[in-house]
Amino acid sequence: MLRQIEGSRAVAGAVALCRPEVVCAYPISPQTHIVEGLAELVKSGALTPCEFVNVESEFAAMSVAIGASAAGARAYTATASQGLLYMTEAVFNAAGLGLPIVMTVANRAIGAPINIWNDQSDSMALRDAGWIQLYAETNQEAADLHVQAFRIAEELSTPVMVCMDGFVLTHAWEPVDTPAQEEVDTFLPPYEPRQVLDPDEPSSIGAMVGPEAFTEVKYLAHARLMEALDVVPDVADRLAEAFGRNSGGLTRSYRTEDAETIVLALGSVLGTLKDTVDELRADGLRVGVLGLTCFRPFPAEAVRAAIGHARRVVVLERAFEPGVGGIVTQNVVTAAPATEVHTVVAGLGGRAITKPSLSGMLRADRLPPLTFLDLDRSLIDRELGRLAAARRSGPTAENILRDLGAVASGIG
Amino acid sequence: MAVMPIKFYQTGSFAVGGRLLGEDQRSGQSDRRRINSIDCGHRACQGCGEALGARYALDAAMRATGNRMVAVNATGCLEVFSTPYPETSWRIPWLHSLFGNAPAVATGVAAAMKAKGRDDVRVVGQGGDGGTVDIGFACLSGMFERDDDVLYICYDNEAYMNTGVQRSGATPAAARTATTPAVGPEPGAVFGQGKNLPMIAMAHEIPYVATATVADLRDLEAKVTRAMEFHGARYLHVLVPCPLGWGSASHDTIRIARLAEESGLFPVFEAEHGEVVATSKIRHRVPVEDYLRLQTRYAHLFGDEPRTGVIAGIQAQADRNIRRHKLLGEV
Repeated sequence: MLRQIEGSRAVAGAVALCRPEVVCAYPISPQTHIVEGLAELVKSGALTPCEFVNVESEFAAMSVAIGASAAGARAYTATASQGLLYMTEAVFNAAGLGLPIVMTVANRAIGAPINIWNDQSDSMALRDAGWIQLYAETNQEAADLHVQAFRIAEELSTPVMVCMDGFVLTHAWEPVDTPAQEEVDTFLPPYEPRQVLDPDEPSSIGAMVGPEAFTEVKYLAHARLMEALDVVPDVADRLAEAFGRNSGGLTRSYRTEDAETIVLALGSVLGTLKDTVDELRADGLRVGVLGLTCFRPFPAEAVRAAIGHARRVVVLERAFEPGVGGIVTQNVVTAAPATEVHTVVAGLGGRAITKPSLSGMLRADRLPPLTFLDLDRSLIDRELGRLAAARRSGPTAENILRDLGAVASGIG
Repeated sequence: MAVMPIKFYQTGSFAVGGRLLGEDQRSGQSDRRRINSIDCGHRACQGCGEALGARYALDAAMRATGNRMVAVNATGCLEVFSTPYPETSWRIPWLHSLFGNAPAVATGVAAAMKAKGRDDVRVVGQGGDGGTVDIGFACLSGMFERDDDVLYICYDNEAYMNTGVQRSGATPAAARTATTPAVGPEPGAVFGQGKNLPMIAMAHEIPYVATATVADLRDLEAKVTRAMEFHGARYLHVLVPCPLGWGSASHDTIRIARLAEESGLFPVFEAEHGEVVATSKIRHRVPVEDYLRLQTRYAHLFGDEPRTGVIAGIQAQADRNIRRHKLLGEV
């Protein structure tokens, strides 16, 4: 049924259709509306049997999910930003234990300086946690990816993170088509744990492993994650069969067939990019867009196949690795070493990524290896000058805001 | 679960002696057909108080639940010595996740059982003092506050023994650890620090809080049994001497635990819904010195020039416990 609905509520509804048995939650912006939606469904009796656990921290949220999943329950939680980092130890642990937990990450910047708006620094920081990472372009995709996530997670006994851009998607009202409960029930079989805490068949889960087996255990985790490269598109195909729409998979190409320049990106910025590409095409520029739905495992072959013919690839990054540059870029370079790859870091901490900026960037004949889109060079130079004059540590954001006239000059 | 006959050496000489008693007077541990939660062959040190405490506590919990139980473990000695992969000493469903999250993981297990309609399956969380009073404290407090149906057992050996004897929030004053060395004008752990977790647990007004030591295993069993009669959050704090960390003889573990109780340093009591309901009275009161002398972690107090002031300070703590918990009087 097509409904005008907030992204978070659409996700809460989709998760509920998957019949989670334990949902745990700690509030953090911009994730809150998702767990509020689920709290309402559980409290009202619309979602049953399901235990909703209000925990005291994100670390506890993931820990409750771990216990629930190990006891054979379908477990779900959601978080963002600092919360994801705060639960990091347990996030790695869930993957190591092979527990098919599904978690939404409402992507948000990481402080300091504290910032609640959208970029993808949080989930990117956990790219090595051993979780499958899927990125939604639209709210329809966000909802559908959750239904797929449970199936993928449980098929592989590996946790899945569904990443959706904070505010841009979570708080945006869009028409979203929700499947019927019976359709989801047919698509998603009940959770059958690989190993389970059961008094009738006792097993020890989480034993200590020494050097004689640790490498092998880690290799197997890697191998299982690599299997996802087959399972993720397969599940997307099955969803298309069941619900009649394409959501998910590894990558999505838009006007790339004859493209000289391909912009590669993840998440909601893909919409803006497609519009920009349409305009540039109208002017005769051969540009295309490659959307990456699955970032972990990295679909190297699919990326190579999609971009191999292009003269250059511009990776639009919503996070970066300080001291290095682009995170996704490095994966792209490894996948397609012969291709000219540029990094454009954009939209940090919620800065709008506008069509004119993207257009200007793509029209430029030559791009430096690393660009920070819409960076105010004069502010940076002034601050660098200040730092050179007085070697003092401390935050610089106030100086920049003062130069912008955004705060009174008396600050600091 | 299949019942495996217990070997005599697993039940101890007192238990073997117990077999001479009538059926109704025997301890559960002396029943050769009992379920053995943690099996022989684990790698705990000789005289490990935690191994002993854990076995009695979990076996009692198993009996109380009709063997319908799941145990969740924090990282620490108990987890390390019992599960060197691919071996395991656990004959019950057992899960280890991390150091600081055992109470929350236990909550997750309890929530899953509830959602799955398996209300008969009960959950026990367990950890050492580091995992309980320090790094796992927030998760434990959360579990208490929500009144989740979990019995959490802290095996308190008063320091981080698994990592090589460093100070924890439960390390007593003047004790030498690797991070509170016996040097300087005030050697060992400082006075006036440390958490009294049983009292903090009581402040949460959870259904049941109790303390116990491995010196009185029947008392420990009885408290676990009592704890399992309640639903909701329950907390059991068990003093388990550590020969390695305390610098005591392996054969003195029980004796030292008894001296801790009889000196007043470790009050043994039960509380329900935030109020003390029973206290184990001291039968033969001993000076703290009797307790301290058996442990090299206090050796710096008894050199050529005994630090009588420090010993008096520890005695004052014991005296305060005795007053506060009314540990003397009618037994």
